[in-house]
Amino acid sequence: MFRSLTLAIALGFILGAVALGFLPLLWLGLGQGGFHFDDYLPRVVGFTLKQAFLSTLLSVAIAFPVALALARRRFFGREALLKIFSVPLALPAIVAILGIVGVYGNSGPFGGLFSIYGLTGILLAHVFFNMPLAVRLMLTRLEAIPAENFRLAAQLNFSTGQVFRFIEWPQLSSAITGISSLIFLLCTASFAVVLILGGGPQATTLEVAIYQSLRLDFDPARASILALAQLVTCGLLVLVAGQFAREIQVVPPTLAKIRRWDGKSRLSKTMDGLLIAIAVVIVVPPILSVALSGIGNIRPDASLLRATATSLLIGLASASLSIALGWVLAETAARQPRSILKSAITLACLASLIMPPAVLATGWFVTLSPIADMSRYAIFLVIILNALMALPFVWSPLYPAITDSVQRHDRLCSSLGLSGFARLKLIDLPVLRKPLGLAFLMAVIVSLGDLSAIMLFGSDTLVTLPALIFRQMGNYRMNDAAGTALVLAAFCFALITLAQRWSQSHDQA
Amino acid sequence: MIKLENVGFRYEDMVMNFDLQVAVGELVGIIGPSGAGKSTLLSLIAGFDLPVSGRISIAGADMEGVAPDQRPVSMIFQDHNSFAHLDVWTNVALGISADLKLDPPQRKRVDEALARVGLSDFKARKSTELSGGERQRIAIARALVRDKPVLLLDEPFTALGPALRRDMLDLVREIQKERKLTVLMVTHQPEDAKYAASRIAFVQIGRIAHVLPTKQFFAASAPADIGDYLK
Repeated sequence: MFRSLTLAIALGFILGAVALGFLPLLWLGLGQGGFHFDDYLPRVVGFTLKQAFLSTLLSVAIAFPVALALARRRFFGREALLKIFSVPLALPAIVAILGIVGVYGNSGPFGGLFSIYGLTGILLAHVFFNMPLAVRLMLTRLEAIPAENFRLAAQLNFSTGQVFRFIEWPQLSSAITGISSLIFLLCTASFAVVLILGGGPQATTLEVAIYQSLRLDFDPARASILALAQLVTCGLLVLVAGQFAREIQVVPPTLAKIRRWDGKSRLSKTMDGLLIAIAVVIVVPPILSVALSGIGNIRPDASLLRATATSLLIGLASASLSIALGWVLAETAARQPRSILKSAITLACLASLIMPPAVLATGWFVTLSPIADMSRYAIFLVIILNALMALPFVWSPLYPAITDSVQRHDRLCSSLGLSGFARLKLIDLPVLRKPLGLAFLMAVIVSLGDLSAIMLFGSDTLVTLPALIFRQMGNYRMNDAAGTALVLAAFCFALITLAQRWSQSHDQA
Repeated sequence: MIKLENVGFRYEDMVMNFDLQVAVGELVGIIGPSGAGKSTLLSLIAGFDLPVSGRISIAGADMEGVAPDQRPVSMIFQDHNSFAHLDVWTNVALGISADLKLDPPQRKRVDEALARVGLSDFKARKSTELSGGERQRIAIARALVRDKPVLLLDEPFTALGPALRRDMLDLVREIQKERKLTVLMVTHQPEDAKYAASRIAFVQIGRIAHVLPTKQFFAASAPADIGDYLK
């Protein structure tokens, strides 16, 4: 009884939020016709897909040989290097962008090599984020190759090329489509990168164009049409990516220590060294720039303290909401063998991938702005939007843990008559403590780094850390921006480190 | 044929030291508790692990600095003996040439090896479509085409049922006799060693504690530590 009530509330909440976002779009967008539109829409859609395609191509093309080289080699500092490769994933987009501007911008050490605004800059930033991601995903695949395969290769005298042909390529080829579609999806919905590095109508994506229509041009009708286009694009992509999602699941590494006998030639060693060096040159300088230029520039003035407090408040509130939704939904889904309800729940949790923040926000904006003063509810809208954005990240640790717990404990609990609060306290909380903690941390991190929700609903009185960085950059106060960025990065790192510790001790349990 | 003299190796906290002599055409079973170093012993002979001290020689030749593919050895693992995405024929042909350029006599050898292990009808199948026993037959066929005098078996039949294990052991023994192979076989099932081996080496905590003829090994008069293990 209690369970169905909470389920109804959670599902109702998400569906309500989605419907409120979607229906007005359909109404307004289709009412407009959308047909007698000039070439603006096709141009924006075209650029969105073009930059996503090129970003994906570059990221995967660089990551592929780098992952092979890293899998082949054991060297001093390799572990540290892999840790550094996880930094771009943890860094809020705007912090990383600041780092990239610091290195390749006009006043940076590599300044003047090329313009970082427009397509080049967008590609550079997307490669910075996604190349290391692809390397890590490919490396987990390569490290899951049984140690026996390499022993067999050594016994049969495989050359480096034959090891690639018979062992590495078969292992990677099935993962590449999955990794590519994931990166493509991330780049399609990328907001901060394009907002800051993109410029003008030539280099804008749907997500940013929606923001500009809503907040700068006050044109909800155009925003609606753009949002519909974004919805169709992302919906199709999620459908495609979903086909491959299974293939990028993390494979458990083999227990045996892998030793390899291939790649002994000097040429092969030089090539691998060169590849790893290229990857280092892409990844490390922006990170260094964030750390170095931030360190002397942290000025704890009122705006920084206020933004920090706002960020933490929104982070904690949206994480709590996200956990509440995810938990209730996972409890139900874990007990549903392949029903429609289960698919509905899974879909609800992935809603924010299909409907990126700007799409949802447009609908809410259109619905709410005639009846209420948006600025008064802005913080709640940001919290709800962040909670929905975090839901996929909450879902992925929580759902398997709850499924496991349900399978282990449901029969015993019902035979002992253990239910409700007693069960929650005695069984569920102790068992789920770690996945819950992990999910909570992930949700806080998502919210802390969010720029899209806050840009869409924020105002002079509602400023989070990323929004403050954006403002400071806009006013050319780069030093202040660097200080704020370092504060934000420090928070994210503290949380990520905690999350990693937690998940590792969870694995061992 | 195989000679290990004072061969030292370190794996994490465990220090190992092996002495062993095996004559041509022998089939020696290697048994002992988990983690005693049985598989490491085979890895050292095959060249996958390198000793920190001592001497390994095969057929009179010192193996120091000899790469795995240069040693007169074929090894069959417990699992992952074949590449899942390749068909059975190709998996065996890799034993002759890694670039898969085989002349007609070589192709004939692959066919004959497959016939010998009873896989003639499965040539075009992927190894994932085969049963566990059939997959291990691929590895045996490949060892046949490689035609090396020493065969190392690292628990290759552990996952199989008793009757099937018996069949596989029969196959190994027949091939061993035909080709005069020297075989070392690590196993967790003492009855397998009893069935197939002429002598048995008992490995405990990184050393070869005893090497006895099979009959004596399983006799009541065997040393107490063997008796404890077999209990």
